[in-house]
Amino acid sequence: MYVAVKGGERAIEAAHAWLAEERRGDVEVQELSVAQIREQMSLAVARVMAEGSLYDPDLAALAIKQARGDLIEAIFLMRAYRTTLPRFGASRPVETGDMACDRRISATFKDLPGGQVLGPTFDYTHRLLDFKLAAEGGAEPAPRAEPAPEAVPHVMGFLNQEGLIETEASSDAAPPDLTREPLELPADRPLRLQALARGDEGFLLGLAYSTQRGYGRNHAFVGELRLGTCAVEMDIPELGFAIEIGEVELTECETVNQFTGSKTEPPQFTRGYGLVFGRAERKAISMALVDRALRAEELGEDLSGAPAQDTEFVLAHADNIQATGFLEHIKLPHYVDFQAELELVRKLRAGVTREAAE
Amino acid sequence: MTSAPDTKEENSARKRWLAILAKTPHARLLALTEGLSAPHEVLRAPEIGAVMVRGRAGGTGAAFNLGEMTVTRCSVRLAEGPVGHGYVQGRSKEAALRAALVDGMMQTAVSSQLEAEVLKPLAAEAAARVRDRAEKAAATKVDFFTLVRGEA
Repeated sequence: MYVAVKGGERAIEAAHAWLAEERRGDVEVQELSVAQIREQMSLAVARVMAEGSLYDPDLAALAIKQARGDLIEAIFLMRAYRTTLPRFGASRPVETGDMACDRRISATFKDLPGGQVLGPTFDYTHRLLDFKLAAEGGAEPAPRAEPAPEAVPHVMGFLNQEGLIETEASSDAAPPDLTREPLELPADRPLRLQALARGDEGFLLGLAYSTQRGYGRNHAFVGELRLGTCAVEMDIPELGFAIEIGEVELTECETVNQFTGSKTEPPQFTRGYGLVFGRAERKAISMALVDRALRAEELGEDLSGAPAQDTEFVLAHADNIQATGFLEHIKLPHYVDFQAELELVRKLRAGVTREAAE
Repeated sequence: MTSAPDTKEENSARKRWLAILAKTPHARLLALTEGLSAPHEVLRAPEIGAVMVRGRAGGTGAAFNLGEMTVTRCSVRLAEGPVGHGYVQGRSKEAALRAALVDGMMQTAVSSQLEAEVLKPLAAEAAARVRDRAEKAAATKVDFFTLVRGEA
């Protein structure tokens, strides 16, 4: 039960003023600019764009500054801003095969057209704190080499040629959009992929890890992980043709998974897919593992009751803004609810005491 | 004077310059087109909005909604006839207006001058940015070598 309560305005104003002051921190220390956050905290910016479901690095950097580095709060700000924008339309599906790759690796094939390109990775670093960064000083320029003219095709294409892996049925049918219609079950794969792409990285990481540990195991190999820039093309009605309206950084992960075959399908490999805005390979791998786990039913696998195979459980809890909204509301005034509970407990206790006395 | 070219070749030329304008950093576009003007009326005032970016399951399968991106668009009609449409990534009403003007003027007699002074340098800068990353990526390409094993 909710009853309007007046009062507290002055306290709230003072709290927000203090918040602004705390956000700024010690004024003796130089203030962070939005451009500094965009350029130097770029993986935080990527996460806020991916889970805020809006690609705009400047806005994401501003949100991080406003949220004092609380990324879920920043994602909340992005989601709120997103709702104020008119929708001009939908793009054509991005062609990730044409990506200008900064990084492209395969854990399943050593030699492949386009090669293994490590890119600017944390892999193989020693995870020792680098105290040089605490001092002033720029980075050494990165080494360069002549780019090979060869194309960088998707690894899955090779397996496909032999028929060893399932084929993805191409479709341009307009996919469901959970920002327009409430999520309804059963959710088809396009709807699940949308929910996972904007889902919480930590939640998906935990679920993906659970499948590796045996809760809905499906033996994933990273067939390919690629990270780079793709053009975004949209049909423009007033022009009568499609144009590139921009470009986005994307991380894509394709997994190759065991499949023993079913009544209708011969033994072959199956696939999981992850695609995320920005540089987010932990999220992309997690998404691919969870995507594959959620396909257990359609592939006729034994459902073991594992959380990662439970579409309703995964989709209903993957959104960190929904989750934090409901979780955090319980700290707001519930005085009347609690008064009622208090009355109830007092009555019950009085009853028990009376019975004991009789 | 037509505002919508109807041959494929004209379309592909226009696609090329609209793509350049859409992807150029706003500050650069504004700097390079400073002072550019032609008598015009605004058909659609600059408007900031979102486009839903789609991907495909498995990279090649069914389309799905990945997330939105910000886009600003604007349309103008030049006094001499052509209609110009500007679409730029991100949020900049000035850049969208400037892109629309360039699109309109590229359909007039000044097109070769605009091509040389605006589009050509912007295309070169974009190519240099791509090249810059490709060279650094190439330096991180792994060259595998196999150690000699077993008895010689």
